[in-house]
Formats: sequence, C-alpha cells, structure tokens
Amino acid sequence: MRPLIVIRRIPNINFMGLRTVGFLLSGLMTIASIVLFLTQGLNYGIDFSGGTIIEVRSTSGPADLTKMRADLDSLGLRDVTLQNFGGADDVLIRLQEQSDKTQEQTVNQVKEKLGNAYEYRRTEVVGPTVGAELIKAGVEATILALFAIALYVWFRFEWPFGVGAMLSTLHDTITTVGLFSLLQIEFNLTTLAAILTIAGYSINDTVVIYDRVRETMRRYKSMDFGELINKSLNETLSRTILTVSTTALAVLSLLLFGGEVLRGFSIAMLWGIVVGTYSSLFIAAPILYYIRPKRGSGGDGASASGGNARPPATRETVTASGKS
Amino acid sequence: MLYFQGWKLTLILSVCLLGFIFALPNAFAPTTLDRWPSFLHRQVSLGLDLRGGSYLLLQVDMNTVEQERLNSLVDEVRTQLVTAKVGYSDLAAAGNHVSFTVRDSGRMNDVRDIITKIDPTLDVQIGTSGTVTLTPNQQALIQRRNSAIAQSIEIVRRRIDETGTKEPSIQREGDDRILLQLPGVDNPEHVKELIGRTAKMTFQLVDPNASPQDARSGRVPAGDVVLPSSETANGQPAQYYVVRRRVMVSGDTLTDAQATFGQNGAAVVSFKFDSTGARRFADATKENVGKPFAIVLDNKVISAPVIREPILGGSGQIEGNFTVQSANDLALLLRAGALPAPLTVLEERTVGPGLGADSIHAGALASVVGVILVVIFMVVFYGLFGVFADIALFFNLCIMMAALTLLGATLTLPGIAGIALTMGMAVDANVLIYERIREEVRGGRSLISSLQAGFERAFGTILDSHVTTLVAGALMFWLGSGPVKGFAVTLSLGVLTSLFSAILVTRLLIVTWLRRLKPKAIPI
Repeated sequence: MRPLIVIRRIPNINFMGLRTVGFLLSGLMTIASIVLFLTQGLNYGIDFSGGTIIEVRSTSGPADLTKMRADLDSLGLRDVTLQNFGGADDVLIRLQEQSDKTQEQTVNQVKEKLGNAYEYRRTEVVGPTVGAELIKAGVEATILALFAIALYVWFRFEWPFGVGAMLSTLHDTITTVGLFSLLQIEFNLTTLAAILTIAGYSINDTVVIYDRVRETMRRYKSMDFGELINKSLNETLSRTILTVSTTALAVLSLLLFGGEVLRGFSIAMLWGIVVGTYSSLFIAAPILYYIRPKRGSGGDGASASGGNARPPATRETVTASGKS
Repeated sequence: MLYFQGWKLTLILSVCLLGFIFALPNAFAPTTLDRWPSFLHRQVSLGLDLRGGSYLLLQVDMNTVEQERLNSLVDEVRTQLVTAKVGYSDLAAAGNHVSFTVRDSGRMNDVRDIITKIDPTLDVQIGTSGTVTLTPNQQALIQRRNSAIAQSIEIVRRRIDETGTKEPSIQREGDDRILLQLPGVDNPEHVKELIGRTAKMTFQLVDPNASPQDARSGRVPAGDVVLPSSETANGQPAQYYVVRRRVMVSGDTLTDAQATFGQNGAAVVSFKFDSTGARRFADATKENVGKPFAIVLDNKVISAPVIREPILGGSGQIEGNFTVQSANDLALLLRAGALPAPLTVLEERTVGPGLGADSIHAGALASVVGVILVVIFMVVFYGLFGVFADIALFFNLCIMMAALTLLGATLTLPGIAGIALTMGMAVDANVLIYERIREEVRGGRSLISSLQAGFERAFGTILDSHVTTLVAGALMFWLGSGPVKGFAVTLSLGVLTSLFSAILVTRLLIVTWLRRLKPKAIPI
C-alpha cells in the first residue's frame, strides 16, 4: 500500500532572504499585541476577574434576550451582560460582583426572577481573591515555562539555540495574547492552559529544525551559515508541515465539535500551532545567523554545557553517511 | 533493528494487551460490567463538569480561630488570677496578644507560675509598670490553624454525610482552604446553608437585672453581653437579650439531637447531653430555678425559657419558631458538631446534568472526528506505514485510557481536549521517523539501513520535542486548579504513552512486516 501523496522534491525556498520581512512582521505583531494588551486589555472570564456566570437554556424554544434583559434590569443589578451561548436556546448571563449584596444572594435573585422557564445548566461564582491568585499563578507559570524550555534547549544544544527558542516561544505566546485582546475572546483558565501548551508545543518544530541545523553544521564545516540554515529548513520543511498538520487536524475537530466551553482553548491552540510553525521558520532559525553557535573543529558536537548531548559515535556515522 | 529481544517483545505486547483490557470497560455501560470479572469493573472517573455536580472552595476564617484563642486565654487568666487572689486591671485581648496589669509587683513570680500553668509555650513580656503581655508563639498558632482545618473538614464531612450526598470529596487545599466536590448536586443552596453556619450552641443565663435598651446604648454590665434573637421574616431581630458571658453548658457536650414535635404540635429539637454536660446542666438549673436562660446559637438567642425546675435527666427540648425543615437542619448541625470557625465560599462551580451530558457528547465527538482525520491523513501520506502508525495510535489511546482508569485520575472536559490533542501529537513522532527514513532512502541507503537510521536519528529529536511539552504539562499540573489540572494530566500522560506507541509499537510492526513479507523496497 503506497501513500497517495508523496512530496518528493526538496523545496528551495530562500528563508534567509525573507528574514527581514519575517523580523519586521513579527516585530509588528509583537508590538501590536503589547499595545492591544495595554490599551484594550483582555476580556477576562470570571476565573480571573471574579464574578458570576449563569448558563441557562430556555425550556420553550429560543430564548427571548430582550425580555430576559428587562427582567434582570428590574432587579437593579449593575453590569449584567447577556449573550447567546452556542445555540439560540442557550444564554450566558454574566454578573459583576454587586456592592450591596453577596454573590450568592444575586444568584438566588436571578434564579427566582427567571423561574422555571429556564434550565440552569451551569453556575459559577468566583470571588475576587481567587481571581487575583489565579492571575498571579498563571503569569508565574508562563514565565517559568518559557525559562524551563529555554534552559532545556540550551542544555541539549548550545546557548544561541536556547536564546532563539525562547525568543520565538515568547513571540508565540505574546501574539496569542494579542489575538485574544484583538478579538476580545474570553480569556479564562482553559485559555491559559492553551497558552502554556503552546509554549511547550510550538517549540517542537523549532527543536526539529535546530536538530537539523546542528547536524548540517557538523557535516558541512565550511558552508556559508545563511546557506546552511536555508538548506536545513528546506530539508525539514515537509516534516515540519506534516507534523503540524496532524495536530492542527485534532485541534480543528475540537474547535468544530468540542462545544462552546472549549472554543477559546481551540482558537488559542490553532493560532499557536500556525504561528509556532511560522516563527520556527522565520524567527528561530534566522536568529541563529546573528548569534552564531560555535562551529569549531573539535568542540562542535558537544557544547560545553551539554557535554553528553551527542556521543562521538553518532558523529562518525553522520560523516560516513555524508560520503555515501 | 530487525531483532527484538524476547523480553522486550513480551513487554511491548503485554503493555498493549493490558492497555486494551483495562481500557475496554470504559466503552460499556456500568450495568453491563456487573457480569464481568471484578478487576474489570473500574472505569475512568468523570469530573464534575462532565457528570454534573457542585464544586465549592471554602475558606476557614483563621482570624476567628486566633481571636477565640485569645478570648479563651483572657478567660483562663481571669479565673486563675482570681483564684490566686492576684489583683489586676486592664485584662483584654488586643491585636495578636493578651495584656493585663498586675497591681502588686511583688506577686510577679506567682503570675509567672500561673502563666506557665496555663500554657508554657506563651511568649511572656513583663513591662516596668507591671504590664504583662502574652503572645501565643508561632509554632502554637500553626498547630492551632492545622487542627482548625482538620476539625473543619471533619465537621463538614459529617454534615454532608447527613444530607445523603453520594461520593462527596472533601480535601484540604493550601493553608486555610477546603475543597468540596459534590457529584450530582445541581443546586447546592441547601449544602451551602448547612456549611455556612458555625452551629456553636451554648446555654447561658440571662441577666435579669439589666435592661436590653440600656445595654444596647452602650451600658453593658461587666461580664454581660448583648445578643439579638434570631431573625424574623423581615430580616430584623425581634428583640435583644442581655446575657451572662459565662457559658453554663456548651453544645460540644451534646450527644444527640433530633427534630420532633412538641406538646402543641410545633416542631422542636430535642437533645441529649453526655455525662459531663448532664451534670453541669443539672447543677446550673438547680442553682437558678425561676430565672430565664438563653439558648444561644451562633451568637443569636433561639429562645430564652425560664427554668421551672432543675433538669436532671440530661436531656431537653429547644422550642423556637421552627419549621420542620429548620428543626431538621438544626438537629443535624447539633449532631455534627460546631465548626471551629466560620467558612466562606470563595468559589462555586455547579454544572447541571444536562450540560454535563452535552459536554461528554461534544468531547467524544470532537475526539472521534479528530482521530479519524488523523488516521486518514496518515494513510494518505504514508500508505502502509501510515496504517502502522494508526495501529500504534489505537494502542496509544487504549494505554492512555487504561492508565487514567488505573491511576484513578479524573477526566474533565479540558482533559478530553488533552486526549484529542495528544492524538494529533502522537503521530508527530511517526512523521519524524518516516520523514527521516525517506531522506535516508533518497540518500541511497539500503532498505534495512534506512529504516535503522530513521528510527535511531529521529529518536533524539522526538525526545527533545516531547520533553518541552512535558515541562509545560508539569507546570500546569502544579499551578492549576480543577479543569486545568485535568488537562495537564491527560496531556502529560498522552505525551508519555505516545513515546511508547510511536517508537516501540510502530517499530515492532515494521520489523514484523519486514520479516514476514521480505519486501524489496519501502512503500513510502
């Protein structure tokens, strides 16, 4: 049984020639993301902002948002938002913490007012202290993840690779946050989980490419470095695209069928996968051109920090295959 | 490459087989499983977001714990000083310490002895003007906090058990929090009401000489306290009582409480004391016949009957404005015991059964579609080798479900997302290997050595790319609460099992294919 599609030709794309365009684009996206985050901010879900959400489903056909809004307004609650959630029957009611009553009282009031015409599918109440703690823990975990990954790459490769990996991962996470700020998609705990996963996953193709760059460095000791990066990127392009595609397929299925609760997560993951691939090709690899790893005669395989990364035996096999 | 050592082969096959066997029960309804052998009864447990239920994060009010410790210290010091006839003034609790002034500085040594007798761990500071400051030391405070948490958990458990909730989970979370998970509870109002009350009951004498009006305007006689009656329908207390601070008998000596009906048919709560409580109650009622006493619950007077005769039997009835429900609740609370400190609800997440079922459905559909897409993708791009990868993927899914089942992990909706995601990521390793094999073939290598080189060279890359995802997973597990933790578990587990399936299982399949069919070329 043979594959239906085989990519036989190794492409010859001049990634290094496009590096200025890539850096410019990424720089712009990063700055835009930071500006958006600072000006427009994120649409924090109650996990982070505190507050109450009640998901209801009308038991008699599509929910009448206007009537619900009027009903809830008559309770004198401040900052109530209503939106359809998934289907036309489902409505998500979001309430900020009220100054004059407890969140519990608010929930009871709303349920009393709306009565039995609705099925109460989900009620979540998060106090402000918990929200603040979760934000802190989330930011800490993301920063820790970035450093841990950079440290690992440094340990397995050489420090320039670590720097490149960290910058491209940072770029991926910042632009994901930017996307959430731009589209004002709810940013909640699951979204944060997606961002951490992106940090771990978007590094995958970077590592795959770095692996090849290192291998090519050993094999062609005198090749121009830009040319070397190009060669490595082109040789691994088919596998970069194929690995990303399988994960993207799984995430796409989550986005289409996984329901409303996972929507934010799926969007973040999908973006992370795409931008992660882009940044591996146009940021992580070209950066090496500027902060070059050592290409010495003896010390190339084993960097000072990762002495046990490659035993000499491997190097010999590599050279042997170079001849054949 | 061509040869698998016997033990390795056995290991791989048995892991796959066990994975399949232990994953299997998850595909059937629990009722079907009754006819299966008992070791196959375990299914992966579903999180509250999937099965429906209530998740409550409670905080124990540690300030109250510390304040009460200081208050009781004040009482002890007062009693001991009076007994030893040491003159003192300004005895009070303030901030984190208790202080008083000794009138006769010549008796300071007696005071020291008294303090050591009360609690030798207290930090004692004695000022020049005879001021004594007592501060509970840090160690003792921590111990007190810990026991307050443990006791709160125990009391909450008893109260929840009384409500008949099935499989509740009550855990300590951090320094001062309790995590309560109640499967199947889709309206936790009653539960919250029950755990929202400390239920500290005391019997105290009413001061017959003081008027509540005077006391409320600030003239409270020494040793007395003003307490409101329990609230009426309009939310305002009906009246106030001036009550002696000294507790006649406290509720912790109760052994039983039941809701019954009194003589006039109203709901009442009957109670029974243990022997200590019965003796104290008998003594107190003997000495105070004809005087009113207050039954105080959480600093509110439920009722204040007059003692008509000494109550010697160690049991009695509380009459209040009870409904059947509130009498039942009070009896339950008294049976379960008092909380050492008030609990507040910090976070509440309740999912109804309808949404839970929909989420399972959506999650399962998304996973199945995702897997089918990946399976087709692999066959389209890799043909026969794609089929090998798909078989490995199937075992990966089995091993993962089996591991979740056997570890007793909880599957949440984000957890399902993690499974779907790792299905996509699992074949990454196959792609890396196959692409490498293709390259080696293009480089002119022979069939066998291409396969060998493909697996060997791809391994380092696969490892590197998986470790970074594991790092992210570990951090999520460490920081995350409920849903995120569920995701971290399936993600990390999926990455680990995919290493096994993509590398070992695929290799085994390819080797078997090589040996059986002796192909001349690689079909990729």
